Amino acid sequence: MASDSDLSCTGLVRRFSGHAAVDHVSLNVPAGTFFSILGPSGCGKTTLLRMLAGFDKPDQGDIYIRGQRMNDVPPNRRPVNMVFQHLALFPTMSVGDNIGYGLKRQKVPLAERRKRIAEVLEQVGLPGLEGRNPQQLSGGQRQRVALARCLVLKPTLLLLDEPLGALDLKLREQMKVELKHLQKAFGTTFVYITHDQSEAMVMSDQVAVMKDGRFDQVAPPEALYREPATPFVAGFVGDNNRISGDLVAVQGELAEIRLDDGSLVRGRIASDDLETGGRVDLFIRPESLVLAGDALNSGYSGMDACIRSTLFDGANSRVEAEGAGNNTLYARLPQDGSAPRFNENATVRLAWDPALARVFGARI
Amino acid sequence: MSHWLPRTYLALVYLLLYVPIAVLVVFSFNDSRTGYEWGGLSLRWYEALFDNRAMVRAMWNSLWLALSAATVSTLIGALTALALHRYRFRGKQILNGMLFVVMMSPEIVLAISLLALFLLVGMQLGYVSLLLAHVTFCLPFVVITVMARLSGFDERLPEAARDLGASDFVMTRTVLIPVIMPALLAGWLLGFTLSLDDVVVSTFVSGPTYEILPLRIYSMVRVGLKPEVNALGTLLLVFSLVMLILSQWILLRSRR
Ligand SMILES: Nc1ncnc2c1ncn2[C@@H]1O[C@H](COP(=O)(O)OP(=O)(O)O)[C@@H](O)[C@H]1O
Ligand SMILES: [Mg+2]
Repeated sequence: MASDSDLSCTGLVRRFSGHAAVDHVSLNVPAGTFFSILGPSGCGKTTLLRMLAGFDKPDQGDIYIRGQRMNDVPPNRRPVNMVFQHLALFPTMSVGDNIGYGLKRQKVPLAERRKRIAEVLEQVGLPGLEGRNPQQLSGGQRQRVALARCLVLKPTLLLLDEPLGALDLKLREQMKVELKHLQKAFGTTFVYITHDQSEAMVMSDQVAVMKDGRFDQVAPPEALYREPATPFVAGFVGDNNRISGDLVAVQGELAEIRLDDGSLVRGRIASDDLETGGRVDLFIRPESLVLAGDALNSGYSGMDACIRSTLFDGANSRVEAEGAGNNTLYARLPQDGSAPRFNENATVRLAWDPALARVFGARI
Repeated sequence: MSHWLPRTYLALVYLLLYVPIAVLVVFSFNDSRTGYEWGGLSLRWYEALFDNRAMVRAMWNSLWLALSAATVSTLIGALTALALHRYRFRGKQILNGMLFVVMMSPEIVLAISLLALFLLVGMQLGYVSLLLAHVTFCLPFVVITVMARLSGFDERLPEAARDLGASDFVMTRTVLIPVIMPALLAGWLLGFTLSLDDVVVSTFVSGPTYEILPLRIYSMVRVGLKPEVNALGTLLLVFSLVMLILSQWILLRSRR
């Protein structure tokens, strides 16, 4: 394995009564990076993280941290700390004692302990709150205390289990950015799990998309968005429209698809197991759909659709339309004033650059 | 709308609750020999009480017994509760239910069976037999109090402690015990009071070598109510009030 990787796992498997919650997961996290594991709830994220922290043992596979095999190392001896889903701050201790807990276990003398607690509180933006009780703090402040409690120990690896789940939307947006800054400032390697794709996209250097205990794709956020490797990733990461049809022809990179009403559309082939005549799904991002009156770019593919409603949401405003074969499609409306107004039930032409659409074999 | 009906009702209930106690306290300061005549203020019954060496001895015996029974049952009960809470095993539900059986079963049944057991193994009746008996009936209360506290316990706290570098032992000392401390205290106090005023079980399993207060009082009043008993009752009342206030204060502080 690469020597500059802080964490590397090979073929991790964890079964619960026969069912594999984590199923042959391998991963490699370079030092100092922000690595997210993104997947729907129940896909095995927490199980994976608990194995990394040492609370659970893999049935198969190995865990290496900075090249050291960790499988048989108990949690209190791993250079790893974890921010728990519900934070798990010690209710009987003050903020200062919570943060000093790990330092005390390392037998750091009191004076230095005080100094480092004050420092880390400063860094997470809570200077002077040592004496408070965790219960007296707001959700966002408790969040920071939980982070500080781990960061003060300067772990090789910080594991975070959906730490923003309990916060309200506004605070979550703010903490996303802050977490990213903190990670950069401390230079600690973060392994962050979440079911919220926007959290993963905003913060991460690399994102692993997890489904049913396996990794579907590991890539930087932008690559994940632009070049999803599987239909699951295409549907889970970012908004996407899905249109089903039969593959009728392949021309180089492009596929021609007949929809259920007989009309033909085109998109770029994204997987190599497609067969002519087979069932396929075409994925188009809402921002790739152009609402064209009639004038069309010559290379574009398109279909007629009937406007159902306009959903105003600031920069994320969309129209909902019903396209060929009863497919519901969303198209983004630019808010720079260039978008025409649409009446309900008006018929429009929805067009797209075939190179921006992705064609996968249909999931059964 | 008039409020006199509910008010009168409440007043009557509280009168019912407190008149006997008030009579006891007032008559403990009565200078008269008979229990129904007022002869002026005096502390003579308190003096008489403390001059009665057998009585003082029984008082100390009772305190010591209650102290040790509460402590032993808290220790055993806390460990039992932790085991019941933490581990899954077959028959756990049955063990849980059996606690309630001991709590609910008539005291006289417990008393007879304990006596039979002690006689069977040939144990001398005295301090040890009393202690064993008192621990037996205090234990379920402690276990249930601690289990109630543990049921609201965040299972991630021990893991967080381990994650931050604590061994199992250190985790127990620094995280688990502080969290269940109020329950331990409440369980201890409950055990202490239960033990201090137990008559039924004690009657069966005590011996002549170790006389305890409730039995002493019981034998005193059988030959007629002596005013000394009023003084003793007042002292016990003050003592349990202090204990009550203390325990509430500790609970409040821990919840702060
Ligand atoms: N201790 C356990 N015993 C049995 N099944 C478990 C246990 N922990 C997790 N699972 C199962 O493993 C799967 C993955 O769970 P989890 O890792 O918690 O998912 P996530 O964190 O992604 O929501 C779920 O189906 C869950 O029911
Ligand atoms: Mg989870």
